[in-house]
Amino acid sequence: MNESIILFIPLCSQIREDPDVASAVAAIRSLLEFLKRDQSETILGLRENQTKAIQRLEETDSSVAVSSGGELFLRFISLTSLEHPDLSQCKNVMIERGELFLKKISLSRGKVGKLCHTFIKDGAKILTHSSSRVVLKVLENAAADNKRFTVYVTESQPDSAGKLMAQKLHNLNIPVTVVLDAAVGYIMEKVDLVIVGAEGVVESGGVINKIGTYQMAVCSKAHNKPFYVVAESFKFVRLYPLNQQDVPDRFKYKADILKTVKDLNQEHPMIDYTPPSLITLLFTDLGVLTPSAVSDELIKLYL
Amino acid sequence: MGERLTTSTLLVTDGGVIHPDCFSHQFTSAKSRRSETWRTRLADRLTASTTLQGEGKELTKEEKQRLRKEKKQHKKNKKDDRGPPEKEKEKEKASVPAPSKPATQSPAHKAAPVPVNASASESPVAAEKPAKSKAELRAERRARQDSERASKQGKKEGGQQSTSSKPKATPNELQPVVKRLPDHVQVDDPVALKKLAKKLERQQVPLRSDYGYKVSLFSHLHQYSRKNPPTQQISIPVTVIHPSIVRLGLQYSQGIIAGSNARSVALLHAFKQVIQDYSTPPNEELSRDLVNKLSPYISFLSQCRPLSASMGNAIKYIKKEISNIPSQCKEEEAKRILQECIDSYINEKIILASEAISKYAIEKISDGDVILVYGCSSLVNHILCEAFEKQRKFRVIVVDSRPRLEGREALRRLVKKGIRCTYVLISALSYILPEVSKVFLGAHALLANGYVMSRVGTSQIALVAKAYNVPVLVCCETYKFCERVQTDSFVSNELDDPDDLIVTRNGKTHLENWQTVKSLGLLNLVYDVTPPDFVDLVITDLGMIPCTSVPVVLRVKNVDQ
Repeated sequence: MNESIILFIPLCSQIREDPDVASAVAAIRSLLEFLKRDQSETILGLRENQTKAIQRLEETDSSVAVSSGGELFLRFISLTSLEHPDLSQCKNVMIERGELFLKKISLSRGKVGKLCHTFIKDGAKILTHSSSRVVLKVLENAAADNKRFTVYVTESQPDSAGKLMAQKLHNLNIPVTVVLDAAVGYIMEKVDLVIVGAEGVVESGGVINKIGTYQMAVCSKAHNKPFYVVAESFKFVRLYPLNQQDVPDRFKYKADILKTVKDLNQEHPMIDYTPPSLITLLFTDLGVLTPSAVSDELIKLYL
Repeated sequence: MGERLTTSTLLVTDGGVIHPDCFSHQFTSAKSRRSETWRTRLADRLTASTTLQGEGKELTKEEKQRLRKEKKQHKKNKKDDRGPPEKEKEKEKASVPAPSKPATQSPAHKAAPVPVNASASESPVAAEKPAKSKAELRAERRARQDSERASKQGKKEGGQQSTSSKPKATPNELQPVVKRLPDHVQVDDPVALKKLAKKLERQQVPLRSDYGYKVSLFSHLHQYSRKNPPTQQISIPVTVIHPSIVRLGLQYSQGIIAGSNARSVALLHAFKQVIQDYSTPPNEELSRDLVNKLSPYISFLSQCRPLSASMGNAIKYIKKEISNIPSQCKEEEAKRILQECIDSYINEKIILASEAISKYAIEKISDGDVILVYGCSSLVNHILCEAFEKQRKFRVIVVDSRPRLEGREALRRLVKKGIRCTYVLISALSYILPEVSKVFLGAHALLANGYVMSRVGTSQIALVAKAYNVPVLVCCETYKFCERVQTDSFVSNELDDPDDLIVTRNGKTHLENWQTVKSLGLLNLVYDVTPPDFVDLVITDLGMIPCTSVPVVLRVKNVDQ
């Protein structure tokens, strides 16, 4: 279909150009491009095309962030008075709001970094999981603040993303050690705090993140170490999982696996759900929140 | 490193009494508060158990002082007629430091809340009255109050056991504003009882007497016998109370209508009938007179059975609608408007809400689930029937408990639909729980600190389910959310007829003569309170929220209204 071609090209090009950009941000950028090129005659048509576009994007990249970012984008651009008689005027208003939204979320990572780095004290030992650009930003800010700390990163199989993170930290001259996923319990007594990123923040205040995060949270609770999550606000999603089984399958596995494989029981899920009782604080661009305040923010964002 | 507050603690702030998890919500609305008055507000909250009455915040200083003088005069006159009850004493004492306050004092002191005793001993910097007579008066009053306080303390020793009334006892002298505990939790306070009796006499509503020996921990609650309904004390023909209300009261007291939704709907239907039969007396306005007419009905109904939170909210809504009727509205038109309001309230808040809740709840029911339900909640039964119609494959375990055995009704309804059910008593709970995948509970009310008030036994089920890591889902419509805060089941509860616990087995009734045994008390509690840590999810018509977000919903609702 024409739409999918229009979508894929900017998305892929953006991710290739700037690997530092979150996939959700790239998705939203392509949605905006799509909106600009949309030929529909009615507002309803525009919305329908946007929804279809979001679905297409989810099929390419099945992360929670793309889904939540897309939905928030759609809500944000339509949350305005579209009473103009002229369709092109309405479309311009929507595009303007889209640009505003995009600008806001491009700045969100910086805001989170600024908020969180003060929680890292001099001489701290930090444990993190897999590769998160937000956590990297936080650690970057802390290092720029002349704080001395060491970082332990889990390997995070099956894609060894942890090694990538270790490389990036090494480039920032931060002492880093890669540990096995199985060594989280072993290393927990040495660390002072745990900071992880998130792919999605759910209504209960829990987070969805790379597989292995839940284990880390349980261990840190058992050792009474603070467990911090850093996430941008566009990752807030209207899901409410009760347990690991309750997370929808379309988020658990990569998009191409969902399409090709018949029996999902043989596949390894890529994400897990960490309940809010194990999380100490969440750092977002809306501020520092407790897990129970996330619901408050979600009600404000979505209702 | 700060201390983590456990969930049994509450934060008392000038913004209200809140649960620690809800603390961050308060910050988001903190901009609306003024910092100067926080200290006075905090003092109020410490002595308050109900909502704060703010008087005259916007008055100028002169007006405030004038008001204080007037109040003082008025109280002095009243004092000569009656013996001094405590509250008048506070007003007196509070108004004592008031006229002594110079005009130059800080603007932080407002008309209603008044600072500590210490200010009474402050010597006034500038006085409007001659200093001599004021000092004299003050000395007199202080002597009188000291003697009163001594006698009052003696009286208070035997009195209140509820935690919320304890702060009422001592710092009461500070408060000129009356903080009222509801009557139905002050049964062991003779002063409150006398006031209630006087009020009922004035309204011509019969006073129901308590029955049987009450367990001391619950002696502040009423305990009635089902064999003595208050309707027996009403003479026929009834002049003050409308017959449909009498019938409703009888149905409540005999337990014919039970269950939060059923009681609220019945109440609203009875009120519709009342409004239909109402005619405005000459020289009266419908909006004011009708509200006054409803008060004796509400007193009568609460004598028959204490009002539930949902009924309270419904009554508040009706009163608001009635007082919003414009004065130039004709009677027929006004009645029609009110009937429509009531119909739309029932439709929106109860019927449509249950549809919305079913929609959300069905998402959470997956094939192969084993669902545990407790007692008979109309909402949970509706959800399960809907889910069954939508072809979900699940089976249900119904847990039941004595003496009400409401689970049998739920069992009957579910089996009639064709759902596979198992029936156990609550004593078998830990045996059956390893099989269960989800627990669905109904609620009587959701309190402002996230606690769930429901049928007695619910908190037990939530506790054991938590121990087995089974998710607990509470289903509750938003009209059952109430502003009250409670952390235990003792403060405000309901005691049912103790004779219900008597059972005849094998021809022997052991407890038949329980009243003759001096050391035996039978306790038949109706409600209990479940902390929010045991509840994983609350499904309301607004969506799925965590238990700690109840104050957010209350705030959103207040903004809407």
